[in-house]
Order: sequence, then structure tokens, then C-alpha cells
Amino acid sequence: MYPRQFEYSAPASLDEALAALANNPAAKVMSGGMSLIPMMKLRLFSPAVVVDIGKIGGLDSIEDRGDHLAIGALVRHVATANSPLVQQYAAALAKAASLTGDPQVRNQGTTCGAIAHADLAADQTAAVLALGATMVAKSTGGTREIAAADFFVDTLTCALQPDEILVELLVPKAGAGEGSAYTKLGRRGGESDYAVAGAAAWVRKTNGSVDAARVALTGVGSKAVLAAAVGDALVGSDGSATAIEAASAHAAEGVNVLEDLHGSVEYKTHLAKVYVQRALTAALT
Amino acid sequence: MEVSLTVNGQAVTSEVEARTLLVHLLRENLGLTGTHVGCETGYCGACTVHVDGTPVKSCTMLAAQVEGAEVTTVEGLANGELHPVQEGFWERHGLQCGYCTPGMIMTAAGMLADNDNPSEDEIRHGIEGNLCRCTGYHNIVRAIEYAAAKMRGDEPAAPDWEVV
Ligand SMILES: Cc1cc2nc3c(=O)[nH]c(=O)nc-3n(C[C@H](O)[C@H](O)[C@H](O)COP(=O)(O)OP(=O)(O)OC[C@H]3O[C@@H](n4cnc5c(N)ncnc54)[C@H](O)[C@@H]3O)c2cc1C
Ligand code: FES
Ligand code: FES
Repeated sequence: MYPRQFEYSAPASLDEALAALANNPAAKVMSGGMSLIPMMKLRLFSPAVVVDIGKIGGLDSIEDRGDHLAIGALVRHVATANSPLVQQYAAALAKAASLTGDPQVRNQGTTCGAIAHADLAADQTAAVLALGATMVAKSTGGTREIAAADFFVDTLTCALQPDEILVELLVPKAGAGEGSAYTKLGRRGGESDYAVAGAAAWVRKTNGSVDAARVALTGVGSKAVLAAAVGDALVGSDGSATAIEAASAHAAEGVNVLEDLHGSVEYKTHLAKVYVQRALTAALT
Repeated sequence: MEVSLTVNGQAVTSEVEARTLLVHLLRENLGLTGTHVGCETGYCGACTVHVDGTPVKSCTMLAAQVEGAEVTTVEGLANGELHPVQEGFWERHGLQCGYCTPGMIMTAAGMLADNDNPSEDEIRHGIEGNLCRCTGYHNIVRAIEYAAAKMRGDEPAAPDWEVV
């Protein structure tokens, strides 16, 4: 299976890559290629120009910047998953990265690539929503920050413009009383492969009561979405098993659940509740 | 376009198209047919090779992406004698038709390079990106356990089949 012909460039610097995108409206960014190459082989998508950012130095670090972590464009899933910083301060993202694809996919694909790809059943998309992360996009015109809540537009569509590169992801660091978690049912059973349904949860507890919570779902609709009603129901409670169960009942409220090859609306609605409950339970322990 | 890289320790330069996949560079341009093509969609892992020491799926990488890299295929794994993983597959009957075997071996070699004492669960998750249609995985897991023991300098566990 060969993709259609295209022109390939692998700029050595970010500025050259941004210029290449600005000069070619038909160009597409490639980071790990773990989603782009399969789509091109299936000829679902045939860009005339591929700008491979994989050779650009300095984009592969995870930095502690005080109140948040910065994850560079070329940080692979395996590095996100194994990073002690991400595990400690953004547990939901480390877990979601560890459950993305399989070992070879995690060695090559990037966290930022998975977010830019915006697959409706991706893992790390839900994690960045629940964690309230911010995407930093660059073009020759400048830099802008996009909140996770505004980033996912539709299936395989995010807020990035064609000439923009997602250069880093900023994730707030969990402080005292805060915890996060991600869990899913994979298409191959257990937690393997894309999510039939998955949930990420972030919770903050102060003086024994939940004063903030954010929950996101993946796999159940056209994109990763915030399940706002769950957070609203949990805030003010003691975060007990009973409170979690009651809040989880709201998982699909206001969410456009869609049927696909992997399950009916009824089944996905049920899974949303189950996985929200599990994610909240893990985030609170 | 031309790509230059190191394959199994040898410097090579080859003429490719931008769309040439790494697996085709290896098999068709360089004649290294040990790396197999199973699904071509990124799922089966038969095409697994090491790029700069890391297992990746060569059907889902462009040849152009490995410019300057060091690639190891199953042909380059033995170093005068069989790699412990190759020996394990031999000793513990880790294959039937052999189609998945080169990919399984490259994945297992990468896994054991990071951790030579994996649990059975870690081994099973470690080969999650490799499909085998014959063995049911049992003997593949035993073969990898054999190799891990060898790499630690331990005596591998006795085979778990009955000799009749
Ligand atoms: C066998 C297999 C199993 C998989 N299983 C899972 C799974 O279980 N869960 C899951 O979530 N994903 C899974 N994936 C998908 C995959 O891991 C990620 O979507 C993929 O890694 C995307 O990252 P990438 O770096 O490879 O991006 P690429 O494939 O290079 O790019 C993907 C898209 O994002 C754009 N893009 C990439 N990086 C940037 C950037 N920095 N700035 C702007 N745009 C960018 C590209 O233009 C393209 O449209 C699987 C993939 C395979 C092949
Ligand atoms: S041939 Fe590459 S994963 Fe199947
Ligand atoms: S031995 Fe036949 S596919 Fe694995």
C-alpha cells in the first residue's frame, strides 16, 4: 500500500518548517506519522506536500515550569507515559499515553500529534480536556494559546490552522488535594487499542469536600468532550463512593452520544457512566 | 530522492520515492526480506525493526524519515551466534508458520533491552503490537522468558510441555 505521490521536506528548524507551511497551503505537518501515514496509505487523505518536523531539534523535552509542565511537539507517547513529572503532576495524561496503541506505536507517535489528530476515540485528548491543558500553536504570523476546551472541533478536526504547528502542550501541575486519572474500554478488550469509551477525571478536594472537578469522555461521540454535568454534580460533595456514583449518572448529560461499529448509543451511554465512575474513583485515591 | 542510513552496521545509500515506506526500502531495494509485511496498516507488527535501537513498525514509516538513522533488522540481530531471543524461539518452539516471527523477535529484543526481568503480564503487554495467527502466543511468551533468563545469566526454566 503506497500513498499517492507527494513532495517531502524535513526542515532542520522550526522557522523553516513554519515558512514551508506558510508557502504551501496544500502542505501537511507530520510528526510521528502514526496516524498520517496510515491515512495516506489508505488514500483517505493525500496531501501534496508533507513537512516532516521529526528532524527539528529541541522539541522533545518535558519541562517543569513551576505551576505547569510543558510537553514539546516531539515528545513520544512512551516518554509522556514514563516521565516521572507527568506521572506525578498529570497522572491522567501519563496513563492515557501509556494506553495509546501498542509499544511500537508509542515509540514513534507523539503526544502533541495525537492531540492535533483529534481522533474521536483517542486517549490523550480526553486527558488534556480534564486537566485543563493549553495548546501553544505557532505560525509565521505569531504564537497563540488555545484552551483544551476550545481545541477539539469535530472528528479529526481541531482548532489549528493549516499553517500552524502545535509546538507544545502546557499542562497545569496537580497541587495539594488534586488528583487525576484516565481509564477506558479498548476496542480489543481490556485497555487495548482505541477507546470504545474512555473517561479522564481531574478532581480537587479542599477540607474534605470536592471544590472543583472536570471530567472528559472519549470514544462516545464525534470528538473528545467535557462531561460538564458530572463536575457540577460532584462539586460540594465529600467525594465518597456514593457521591461518585451519583455524579457518574450524569456522564452522558448534554453529550451527543453516537453509535458506531463498536457499540450502540445505549451501550456507549452505559459505558460512559461506568468509566466516569472508575476514573473519578481513581482520581480521588 | 536519496536516503543514506546504516542498516545492520553497514552504510547504505538508496534511491527512493518520497512515498517509499521503510519496509519496502529494506525488502525491495536492499533485499532484506527477513522483515515481513503482514497487514500494512500498522496493526500486526510483522514489519517491526529497530530504528536507533527502538522497535517501530517499518510499514508505517517513510524511508525518508530514517535518513541518517541506524536500522537493525532480524538479519542483523545475531552476532556470530544467535541472539538470546532467537535462541529462545528455537528452544521453546515460539513459532509455527514463522510469518510473525521476525517482528516478534525484534519487539521482544527491544523489550528485553529495557527490562531483562519482565513478568508474564509485561511480556504479554509488550507484544500487544504483534499478532500471531498460529501459536496462541503461549510458546512465544515462554521463548521470551527463556531469552530474559539467558540475558540475566540465569538458567532458563524447563520447557512446560510433556515429552511423550
Ligand atoms: C496500530 C495503531 C494503534 C493506535 N492505537 C491508538 C490508541 O489506542 N489510542 C490513540 O489515542 N491513538 C492510537 N493510535 C494513533 C496514534 O498513536 C496517534 O494518533 C498518533 O501517534 C498521532 O501522532 P503522530 O505524532 O504519529 O502524528 P502524525 O501521524 O504525524 O499526525 C497526525 C495528524 O496530526 C497533525 N499533526 C501532528 N503533529 C502536529 C503538530 N505538532 N502540529 C500540528 N499538526 C500536527 C498531522 O498533520 C496529522 O493531521 C494508533 C495508531 C496505530 C498505527
Ligand atoms: S505490516 Fe506493519 S504492522 Fe502489519
Ligand atoms: S507463527 Fe504463524 S503467525 Fe505467528
